[in-house]
Amino acid sequence: MARYQQNRLPTGGRIDRGRRMSFTFDGEEMHGYAGDTLASALLANDVRMVGRSFKYHRPRGIFSAGAEEPNALVQLGEGAYSEPNMKATQVELYEGLKSESQNRWPNLRFDIASINSAASRLIPAGFYYKTFMWPASMWMTYEKWIRKSAGLGKAPTHADPDRYEHRYAHCDVLIVGAGPAGLAAALTAGRSGARVIVVDEQSEFGGTLLSHPAEIDEIPAMEWVGAVTAELRGLDNVTLLSRTTVIGYYDYNYLVALERVTDHLPPGTGGSLPRQRLWKIRATRVVLATGAIERGLVFADNDRPGVMQAGAVRSYINRYSVLPASNIVVFTNNDSAYRTAIDASANGSTVTVVDIRSSPRGELIDKAEQANIMVFRGSAVTAVQGRTRIRGVEIMRLNAAGHGVIRSSTTKVDCAIVATSGGWTPTIHLHSQAGSKLIYDESIAGYVPGDGVNINPHRSAGACNGSFDLGKCLQEGLRAGHAAASDAGHEGEMPIAPRASMEVEGPMRVLWTIPCKHPVGRGPKKHFHELQNDSTVGDIHLAVREGFSSVEHLKRYTTTGMATDQGKTSNLIALGVLSGLRREPVQSTGVTTFRPPYTPLTFGAVVGQNRRELFLQERKTAMHPWHDRNGAVYEDVGDWKRPRYFSTGQESMDRAVQRECLAVRNSIGMMDASTLGKIDIQGRDSAWLLDMMYTNAWSKLETGRCRYGLMLNEHGMVFDDGVTTRIGEHHYHMTTTTGGAARVLTWLEEWLQTEWPEKQVYCTSVTEQWAVAAINGPAARDLLSELTDMPLDAESFPFMSMREGRVAGVPARVFRISFSGELSYEINVPAHHGLYLWEQLVEHGARYDLCPYGTESMHVLRAEKGFIIVGQDTDGAVTPDDLGMDWIVSKKKQDFIGRRSLSRSDTARAGRKQLVGLLAEDPKQVLPEGAHIVAEVRDKPPMPMLGHVTSSYMSPNVGRSIALALLEDGRNRMGEQVSLKLMDGRVMRATVVDPVFYDKDGARARG
Amino acid sequence: MKYSIFSLLRNSLNHHQGWQLAWRSPDPKPRYDVLIVGGGGHGLATAYYLAKECGIRSVAVLEKGWLGGGNTGRNTTIVRSNYLWDESAALYDHAVDLWHGLSQELNYNVMYSPRGLLHLAHSVHDMQEISRRGNSNHLNGIDAEFLDPRQVKEMVPFINLNCRYPVMGALLQRRGGTARHDAVAWGYARAADEMGVDIIQNCEVTGFRIDNGTVRGVETSRGFIGANKVGCVAAGHSSVLAGMAGLRLPLESFPLQALVSEPVKPVIDCVVMSNGVHAYISQSDKGELVIGASSDDYNSYTQRGGFNVIEDTIGAIVELYPIFSRMRILRQWGGVVDVTVDRSPLISRTSVRNLFFNCGWGTGGFKATPASGRVFAHSIAGEEMHSIAAPFSIDRFHSGALVDEGAAAAVAH
Repeated sequence: MARYQQNRLPTGGRIDRGRRMSFTFDGEEMHGYAGDTLASALLANDVRMVGRSFKYHRPRGIFSAGAEEPNALVQLGEGAYSEPNMKATQVELYEGLKSESQNRWPNLRFDIASINSAASRLIPAGFYYKTFMWPASMWMTYEKWIRKSAGLGKAPTHADPDRYEHRYAHCDVLIVGAGPAGLAAALTAGRSGARVIVVDEQSEFGGTLLSHPAEIDEIPAMEWVGAVTAELRGLDNVTLLSRTTVIGYYDYNYLVALERVTDHLPPGTGGSLPRQRLWKIRATRVVLATGAIERGLVFADNDRPGVMQAGAVRSYINRYSVLPASNIVVFTNNDSAYRTAIDASANGSTVTVVDIRSSPRGELIDKAEQANIMVFRGSAVTAVQGRTRIRGVEIMRLNAAGHGVIRSSTTKVDCAIVATSGGWTPTIHLHSQAGSKLIYDESIAGYVPGDGVNINPHRSAGACNGSFDLGKCLQEGLRAGHAAASDAGHEGEMPIAPRASMEVEGPMRVLWTIPCKHPVGRGPKKHFHELQNDSTVGDIHLAVREGFSSVEHLKRYTTTGMATDQGKTSNLIALGVLSGLRREPVQSTGVTTFRPPYTPLTFGAVVGQNRRELFLQERKTAMHPWHDRNGAVYEDVGDWKRPRYFSTGQESMDRAVQRECLAVRNSIGMMDASTLGKIDIQGRDSAWLLDMMYTNAWSKLETGRCRYGLMLNEHGMVFDDGVTTRIGEHHYHMTTTTGGAARVLTWLEEWLQTEWPEKQVYCTSVTEQWAVAAINGPAARDLLSELTDMPLDAESFPFMSMREGRVAGVPARVFRISFSGELSYEINVPAHHGLYLWEQLVEHGARYDLCPYGTESMHVLRAEKGFIIVGQDTDGAVTPDDLGMDWIVSKKKQDFIGRRSLSRSDTARAGRKQLVGLLAEDPKQVLPEGAHIVAEVRDKPPMPMLGHVTSSYMSPNVGRSIALALLEDGRNRMGEQVSLKLMDGRVMRATVVDPVFYDKDGARARG
Repeated sequence: MKYSIFSLLRNSLNHHQGWQLAWRSPDPKPRYDVLIVGGGGHGLATAYYLAKECGIRSVAVLEKGWLGGGNTGRNTTIVRSNYLWDESAALYDHAVDLWHGLSQELNYNVMYSPRGLLHLAHSVHDMQEISRRGNSNHLNGIDAEFLDPRQVKEMVPFINLNCRYPVMGALLQRRGGTARHDAVAWGYARAADEMGVDIIQNCEVTGFRIDNGTVRGVETSRGFIGANKVGCVAAGHSSVLAGMAGLRLPLESFPLQALVSEPVKPVIDCVVMSNGVHAYISQSDKGELVIGASSDDYNSYTQRGGFNVIEDTIGAIVELYPIFSRMRILRQWGGVVDVTVDRSPLISRTSVRNLFFNCGWGTGGFKATPASGRVFAHSIAGEEMHSIAAPFSIDRFHSGALVDEGAAAAVAH
């Protein structure tokens, strides 16, 4: 049977009948109009069943018209654009939209897993804690099937082709929600001149007024909305954001909002616009005008496709021009649902009202009866006929207390829709996230905002404040906007509130559970308070019976509120039922925490632009272009891309490294050392700071001299190392390891700011300001002399000193320090001269056979010299003495970080793990780094370990493999044979030796 | 009442009206042999093993809120034991041994699923780290395997190996996996209750009564409760509790965040951790992606954290798993973790006689729950600290014999 929008009304609504759009649901092609949501278009086409529930796989239809939708979830789009769990009520229709039902196999109508529904009696809340335990070995098999049957939609299978961005914004007043209260607030705040941002999740402003016709100042409310919006649009100080949801309220009035920029367009047609934009807003004041969400009544089989919120039915009629059925039963405990009855009746539907109140009175009831709507008073829907589509309902009178039914009063009424209202719950999510109190208001049976906290100043206005009357909403909005602007320093006018007429509503009657023929939870019919996760009132009874009666236990045991709607229509009902069982007021029962996000938040939007090359953005040195052109193979060190080696053609890393290492010792090598952390330290107390941070003494270091230092943490363990140079009276240049740069600066700042705020020291990262070419090797002085007129002889420019001058015509600081053990100069120039300097050195270095080398050769060269790399040869549990570097620890200084800890009994103990050299039995064998030295080789574990290999290389200059290791009592084991045992079963043998393998007296560097 | 498929069947006949309380809610007695302060997994497990293995049945667990409401109910449910140092390896591997068979022992399905746990290596340094740790695990008798990138891809087909920090290899522990966090608290509570342990919720400890350097009991919101021995297991608020006894513990408390996505059909079967880019992920039985974030940079007792941490974490997740870009965050939350300077727990006596503390589990306490409870129970009951617990005494901060897992594993805390 072809579908032809048979439920579409002939006129009205906020749809554009001139723009017909085709879309598919489960492969079936249908049509709707621009302005439809997927849900309204499905209802227009008389599609009733759209999905299956999470646990029991029961047939489900569309329940709501908004963000609270628990049932109508679809897999939207195809291929790389596919997205699971999209709420059909929030998906704007576009041409060619493709959607599929979820959580069913093989198809929506015949779903194998609906056997869960048949077996539902066996699987109440928490059943899985009580079974699947035998036999023990079978759990993973059971679990496999549980996992298959759970889940909802399918994860995408391709990388996301869309783009996302982030925006940062500051404002005086952020207004969340552009319904009547929010717009009124925007008016007063906007007119005051304050910077205002107005955010609303819908495609157009108006909030409830889009769905619920009313008059403001005697004109149709939407005309008022139009006029206000136009005025706001004309104000430069006001930013209007539609299709934007504030998803979280974080401390210090930091709110995060998701703007769906092009989600309403067919995939891939957004052009230069991103798909979504994440707004990070810091607001001086916030006005929350987030409205309210309608609860259903919880009656027997209240989950059948066709049971809808009364307000949603009204929304489909008025906003989308869809009359979901020609016969509707309205089932309510309050007056608001009568408006649905009246609107449905006016549009040609046969309407019956079932009201649990025995004598409802008021304008709305009178109007309904004038429209010939039959009203059953003191009655309830006690059964629903039809499984995948409602055919009718059974109605019975309630007993006086409302906990039982009078069977003799049974009536049956045909209907295709049950529009139900159990009252409206103020949307207080953001208020609660701000850390504010909630107060239970008996008159509306819902929580309303209570006291706030100082750090998150905000106000609530309108329905989210518990005010459902339109006139009151407007008034509260105007006031809130005015006060918020005033708090932010913008005193504006407070206008007279516009007149709005709304029928006065009588009191509601609260019955958290509607009884039926059998006691709740003890018969074939189910009372769902939570639709998506299939949590029933019976489950709440069971949870309480078993002692899970705190709200948090209830949530976790029954999964109430843990579905993709996060309990927007169910949480309060659960609290109501629970408080009844606990025989205490709802307020005493408490609430579960409202956590962000308010509605699910796309991962991609959270990431924004920070993907691929911009994720932890790659840092490159000034010389990088040269490296690229000359065969560099890179290594990630911290955020930097460092050349690991330079390959000439097909050369392997091993061969390249051998070549580079020989060149450094025999002629000259050059390394890009720009990535080393560099911190400029100035101020009267600079030397004092260095004395505190390093283990050795600094106050006597002369200007122009360099010194190597070890930094310890509070436990006396090596934390970082580097060379620091005195530039002037109160001016030092500190270098750190590449990976440790940020950590060291943070460390200095933490001490200075928290412990020594009185000290005058200023630390500035200058890592990226200087490019550094390190030339190493016997020919280093000759090469440098070609490019500078600085005196370079050992007397005028000794080892461990720094000279300022020009190199290749560029201002430079040249440090005569060495990490290779060779004669070495580290030439620092302003970063923008780095590439030029490098190229000049390459050009002039050609006649010395200059060889550029990378980090791998640097590692080999320093290991030949027994120099450590912090983080590789140390692990946070190594003291200077463990490294054989006791000489660097001052015995005279009063204090330095870690000093006291060095004297602790275990830290000062003899026989700790110490740095040693290892020579493998087979000189061609490179011992694996991370291999452990065992006390005794056994056939199988456990085997006590004595230490491990920290660095290991084939050394061309030593002519064999060498390794460094941390070994228990290592210095007393010189010459000993040790065994290493690997995971793959291999056993290797090595001899313990001194960790310096080359040029033991260090003459080469000093030469 | 024993839980089984048969008891479920039997109870379904009368619409589950016959189930009993999982644990009683008794009023506190005037005194107990042992009081456990803190009704999370570790505290409840301690009570269970005291009753079960140490013959002490006069035990009460005092919880200021609801059972399992602290970090037990807020973690990412990961179980593993591939720690570097011998002391940690012994402790966490004892836990893994106990996880096996725990459902049967407690007669409560805690859903321990050894679905395999990968640690990715993204740099030469990471490769050195997993090599050292893997070899050490192996020599300590803990299962460990090295995977090359191709094998990683086989386990997680949609991983982006060539991401910002390319995946160079991984360390796999097959016995690693997940367990259902709430069930652990509830299972221990029920089993302890059955042996006579009193579980008292909504009972906040407000002070200690100490005579001559010996603890005599605790002041609570429900009056004084006497005890011969008191064991405190209060996670993020341990230092607050210790303060009431005049003790200062070497702890800092931070918010640690986690989040779940909307549920989807099975897509990832193992647990994947990456210290290099800091992200870890698994999928719950319900279908949600469970994602752990880092702790915030500042100290705080708030059970929430900064949004920037979520941005960093999701950035890493999308970089490693580009197919998840269109998935959505359903819920984010925080817990308060108590962190020691060496990132290892504190299981210790104190300078107050008969007052014990078990805390400092930092970001990784859940996995240790059974072992933590068991060794703490034996330490409270016995003359000596349990041998596995001994290295974790507070004395190590005096002697310097730290068990520095943080520095060793270069975990980005």
